Amino acid sequence: MSGAAGPGPPVGPGRSPLPCAPRPAAALQLSGGTEPARPGVAVIDLRFPRGAAADVQEIVFKNFYTAFLSVRVQRPGPSGSRRWVTCLRDLCLMPCPHTEQGAQDYFSLHRHQMLCDMDQVTAVRFILRQPSPVWLHFTIEELQIFPAGQKSPQKDFPSWLSQLTPPEQPASLHGELPDPEKVSTEVQQMWVLTEVIRARQAAARIGRFDVSPTTPLAGLQPRRITGGASWRGYS
Amino acid sequence: MLDPDSGLSLTIARIVQRLKGSSLHSQLERQARVSLHKPEIKLESLKEDIKDFLKTSGWEKKLQNAVYSELNVFPSPCHPAAPPEHMKEPLAYMRKAQGSWEKRILKSLNSMCTELGIPLAQKRPVSEQKELLNKWNEMGTDEPDLSLFRPVYAPKDFLEVLMNLRNPNYENGEQPSFRNHLGLIQVPLKVKDIPELKEDFSELGLNIGQLGIDDSAQVPPEFFENEHVRVGQKVLAEQDSAAAQQYVRQGCPTALRADLWALILNISNQPEDILYYEQLKSNVIQHNLLVDSLIYKDVKLTASNDDYYFVFEDYLYQVLLCFSRDTSVLEHFTYSSATPPKSYIRGKLGMEEYAVFYPPNGVIPFHGFSMYVAPLCFLYHEPSKLYQIFREMYVRFFFRLHSISSHPSGIVSLCLLFETLLQTHLPQLFYHLREIGAQPLRISFKWMVRAFSGYLATDQLLLLWDRILGYNSLEILAVLAAAVFAFRAVNLMEVTSLAAAEAVLADLSTLKVMPLLQIFLFATVT
Repeated sequence: MSGAAGPGPPVGPGRSPLPCAPRPAAALQLSGGTEPARPGVAVIDLRFPRGAAADVQEIVFKNFYTAFLSVRVQRPGPSGSRRWVTCLRDLCLMPCPHTEQGAQDYFSLHRHQMLCDMDQVTAVRFILRQPSPVWLHFTIEELQIFPAGQKSPQKDFPSWLSQLTPPEQPASLHGELPDPEKVSTEVQQMWVLTEVIRARQAAARIGRFDVSPTTPLAGLQPRRITGGASWRGYS
Repeated sequence: MLDPDSGLSLTIARIVQRLKGSSLHSQLERQARVSLHKPEIKLESLKEDIKDFLKTSGWEKKLQNAVYSELNVFPSPCHPAAPPEHMKEPLAYMRKAQGSWEKRILKSLNSMCTELGIPLAQKRPVSEQKELLNKWNEMGTDEPDLSLFRPVYAPKDFLEVLMNLRNPNYENGEQPSFRNHLGLIQVPLKVKDIPELKEDFSELGLNIGQLGIDDSAQVPPEFFENEHVRVGQKVLAEQDSAAAQQYVRQGCPTALRADLWALILNISNQPEDILYYEQLKSNVIQHNLLVDSLIYKDVKLTASNDDYYFVFEDYLYQVLLCFSRDTSVLEHFTYSSATPPKSYIRGKLGMEEYAVFYPPNGVIPFHGFSMYVAPLCFLYHEPSKLYQIFREMYVRFFFRLHSISSHPSGIVSLCLLFETLLQTHLPQLFYHLREIGAQPLRISFKWMVRAFSGYLATDQLLLLWDRILGYNSLEILAVLAAAVFAFRAVNLMEVTSLAAAEAVLADLSTLKVMPLLQIFLFATVT
């Protein structure tokens, strides 16, 4: 069985996966068998380097034709010694294992979905099952484990901006002038808002005055359009 | 697979992002500002009062329709770790097959260009521009010499590609086994069976009234038709997209169809839309593209020869020529498995700043493409509205019929659904046709690729397209294809060759669509 985790997809800002070296998926073999069977069960073992322990927040991976996934973690038990605990049992990744549904999708496993606590984990074991005989290989790819304590990035705005001042009564100028400190903080918040609005470009089209891209094509000679390499089979 | 909470907030964020800055957004803002003058808006409860005002004046409904339209068109957001090509098409081997198919099309287009010595695009001389502007409403009278042009590809070429599609991780042994499908499509996609289809298409059931069945001359209109028309008028008065989509599942009365389809597709023909269409028209007049000749050729070969559609020839040119210059169509490539072809300005090959999409909308027309527009000409007479309806129908449905993808409404799934339905419910017929070398998909493929346009009578076709809009899915095309085979099964069992089978199924213009669908789904003994 092939399929060690590849280089991995780009990680979102503010999150970095734990360094780990998963061993390639090993198929379950029955001892004494003469020919290599295709048992439909594979195991991927993962240990953190230098025996470090970590609190696991989220596990992200890309499926490749695995139908069911179980996850076991090794963590310190009540007596102090380390033991293996099942934290996820038979999660269905492909609802219909003979067909392609879910076969190459991305999945996330969060700590609150697990059966046990995910603190002080030293090793993780993924047990992959694919009962259908029609697939030649199955594994999971682009495995990434994210530790706890990193806030997943808010797509919208930094958290301090949500603490805008409540709408207040307009300052009465009958007495003294408004407090310059207060004015400067309000101006600063308005400035940050304009920065945020500039950063968030709207995706909707105005629909007018688009420059027609045919304009530069005037006098275009027939040229090889990109992708004109010789066509071979496409199965 | 996303957490349901984060999936919902991602969807909301995406819809807000798309609607912000649209003309609806600025209209809502303007309405809110105007409403400040009204006496019922009080400063203490400003937010609530403005919300109530927008609700009563119908603007909230427009916003709901826009949100509903976004939900229907765009797929649910992918996992954040997934790259953008995953949203286009999750399966890697299908992406690769689509890429190879596109390369092949481009090679064909390029070689035709080189052979004929015609540039891909050029500016028209002023005299030609004036002439075209004068002749805009009667381009059908033009008789350009198109004998050297040929369509870039035809549906049967595409069928050959789909037949050779294989998953490299699937055990495709040479020995016939349970792994090999008996039909032409060999990819193991998930398709629905009749119990699941019965549940999905429950509004087509035997005990529910349908237009196409219960409005025939023998049935008194008090039973169903009058009430249905009344409900339709109410839906139009409410201007509710979601209600309209539910309503058309039982069919659209002819008088209300144009407005109901526009409501479902969220087309309102605002002045800026008309202005956009006029701008596209001026683009057509100023520049001449090679695909224009392909469009001319296609219309002359297909729609002009059709008894029902030849009168609309001029409309077809007005819509299709503008369509190929419309860059807003490029947005649909984010969720389509296809990629628009790129071309470079002369002398600047390889430099990204000089790359443009060719044709500007990224869609190369194939033989029969104009038949997607032709039935709409019966409903809409104003060119700009006809254009917008066609564009919206293309980016919602028709693009799936000519690109390789694993989507349940994609042509590959439709073909597999058709073959599976036929094999499961008419096994003797399927076996017989296979034995005589007449695989059923060879005959029904052209029906499905064109969404039955040009094969059914127009009123029946529009009833079928009502259901496509109502269920937001093309699966009904595969079910109808299987139902047609079931209907003519007795004749088909007696044929002994592919040509004879095609002759039995050559003429579908007398068929009634809704009884066939009802019988196949709900009244066939399994």
